[in-house]
Amino acid sequence: MSPPRRHLLAAFGGLAAMPAARLRAQGSTLRIGVLTDMSGPYRDPTGMGSVVCTQQAVADFAGPLGLSVEVIQADHQNRPDTGSSIARQWYDQGVDAIVDVPTTSVALAVSGIARQKNKVFLNSGAASAELTGAACSPNTAHWAYDTYMLAKGTGAAVTRTGGESWFFVTADYAFGTVLQRDVTSFIEAEGGAVLGSVRYPFPATTDFSSFLLQAQASRAMVLGLANAGTDTANCIIQAREFGLARSMRLVGLLMSLSEVHALGLRAAQELLLTESFYWDLNDRTRAFAARVQPRMPNRAMPGAVHAGCYSAVAHYLKAAAALGPSVAELDGAAVLARMKAMPTDDDAFGPGRLREDGRKLHPAHLFQVKTPEESRGPWDYYKTIATTAAEDAFRPMQEGGCPLVRGPAL
Amino acid sequence: MDDIFGIPAPLLFGQLLLGLINGAFYALLSLGLAVIFGMLNVINFAHGAQFMMGAFVAWMLLEYAGLNYWWALILAPLLVGVFGVILERTMIARLYKLDHLYGLLLTFGLGLIIEGIFRNQYGSSGLPYRIPPQLSGAWDLGFMYMPVYRGWVVAVAVVMCIGTWLVIEKTKIGSYLRASTENAALVQAFGINVPRLMTLTYGAGVALAAFAGVLAAPIYSVNPQMGSNLIIIVFAVVVIGGMGSILGSVITGFGLGIIEGLTKVFYPEASATVIFVVMAIVLLARPAGLFGRA
Repeated sequence: MSPPRRHLLAAFGGLAAMPAARLRAQGSTLRIGVLTDMSGPYRDPTGMGSVVCTQQAVADFAGPLGLSVEVIQADHQNRPDTGSSIARQWYDQGVDAIVDVPTTSVALAVSGIARQKNKVFLNSGAASAELTGAACSPNTAHWAYDTYMLAKGTGAAVTRTGGESWFFVTADYAFGTVLQRDVTSFIEAEGGAVLGSVRYPFPATTDFSSFLLQAQASRAMVLGLANAGTDTANCIIQAREFGLARSMRLVGLLMSLSEVHALGLRAAQELLLTESFYWDLNDRTRAFAARVQPRMPNRAMPGAVHAGCYSAVAHYLKAAAALGPSVAELDGAAVLARMKAMPTDDDAFGPGRLREDGRKLHPAHLFQVKTPEESRGPWDYYKTIATTAAEDAFRPMQEGGCPLVRGPAL
Repeated sequence: MDDIFGIPAPLLFGQLLLGLINGAFYALLSLGLAVIFGMLNVINFAHGAQFMMGAFVAWMLLEYAGLNYWWALILAPLLVGVFGVILERTMIARLYKLDHLYGLLLTFGLGLIIEGIFRNQYGSSGLPYRIPPQLSGAWDLGFMYMPVYRGWVVAVAVVMCIGTWLVIEKTKIGSYLRASTENAALVQAFGINVPRLMTLTYGAGVALAAFAGVLAAPIYSVNPQMGSNLIIIVFAVVVIGGMGSILGSVITGFGLGIIEGLTKVFYPEASATVIFVVMAIVLLARPAGLFGRA
């Protein structure tokens, strides 16, 4: 069977290599690869929307900056092995920057490859604060959000506004338990208490009513959902069904606009969640959303990860133009250093900066989902409850343990 | 307040009731699987996808045709059942003479394809579907707050299970079916169209899955993965009950729902595993399952 398989591989390799080879002939064209989830559970908050927003950043900035830019895309299927092999192939074939990459395990793998090949990695989709902590890299920047921002934005703000006792329903794997631990530390710092928690098997759980009943019996004021995606959606639908929403405040620790849209306002109303971007925050975010919406999948409004891709690529292009595209193609770390030296400013996040450890700083907002009566139209979903300033929203650099910021040993 | 094993009695009663409700879904789904396996000898791995299709068709009927839950409860199983008939005629029927494994692989592949198509079309986040107004609200049972809709699910599931059992065990068409599984050639010799009987059986099993999907739509998020999360457990239920045993799958479905419900209180981390522990023990002690014939 080996000859046909070899032919097949050669055919695939040839196909994948074609666009890059064609591009290389045109001289100093910057190539940006959007590596994202096109077919799995994260395709709505990331996926094609991330590609559209990357293209929008190119349309808005490449021309005025005098750059020639090409955008390509691929599906990493949330598998570190698939993601790594695409990233390696892309970088070898002349892709200068990889964008988005949801799913922490894939993001960590791509970050390592970017460093090894001295290219640029602009992450927007992954959640783990590790990317700018112990696993930070001079070639990686982390936009949009991270687990620390979610924990602080929700844990501290909800406790401060009267939600002093909590009960957690937690997905029993690394992400869920770490999120619960982080949020707990902020709750306790604000003088609140965690009355109990239940860890359910992930995946393989579809009915949460049993756990919700235990939460109800605890008489806690807040129900914290330390899970993501469909699990969160099922928890919210069933919490409403069993009448929990009357006695407890529901808090989604990782919720995005696309998930609120999927739940519908009737189920999601009054839910509390933290995000760094909402299309209807101000005139600039509205202008950005109006530009991209016509090309978004199903004409959805852009979410925080999509906006992160736009903002990261916009800033990358400015730094590349300042250095000169031929330098930018050769030295990824130099582009990142330049990005950190320049203040950021774009329609999605407004003014901000990229910190030495690669963390992008911008405010984090605690939102409450509107009731169907409050909502004035499609995608009018959030009202702002509290905003954490950019410098306070993320983990202080010294606490992250990033080797880049320790300074040389004496 | 009385405690039972350190758990307040009201909480425990609530959990037992919830276990029974989940058991209703397991029973309905495993019923369809058992019918298909018992009569056709096909392990229908597309069952989860067909359950999901039922929920999606309910959503589509509301979204595109304005037809409410009650219409969906009748139309969605019919439409998905017809889809099942087409699958059986064009593909599955060709595999009856081969080993079980071929049917399993074919239906597994079909399930993945169906899921992929729905994910491409409707995304992965899911779609909202409301509980019908006639069944919204809840009863205060004293020890728990019991949504009316959940009660309805249990009642309908029990009626459906008994109905299916009666059709297969007590009617003429049921006797034809049972006879054709024993000796298809002989039954055909009596002038009964066995291939058509097989097709209809597969369609009916698929329709049962879709019916469960419509029941699930208002309480679980309607999304392409909803079936694959449930189907593995349902397979364990069928194996424990005894492959192909109608009564076995129904009783095991409800029973395992209760066992799982209790595990969710005493040691929630193991609630997904407990069913497989039971399965392993049953297989060691009675390889044909609790109600299966060796």
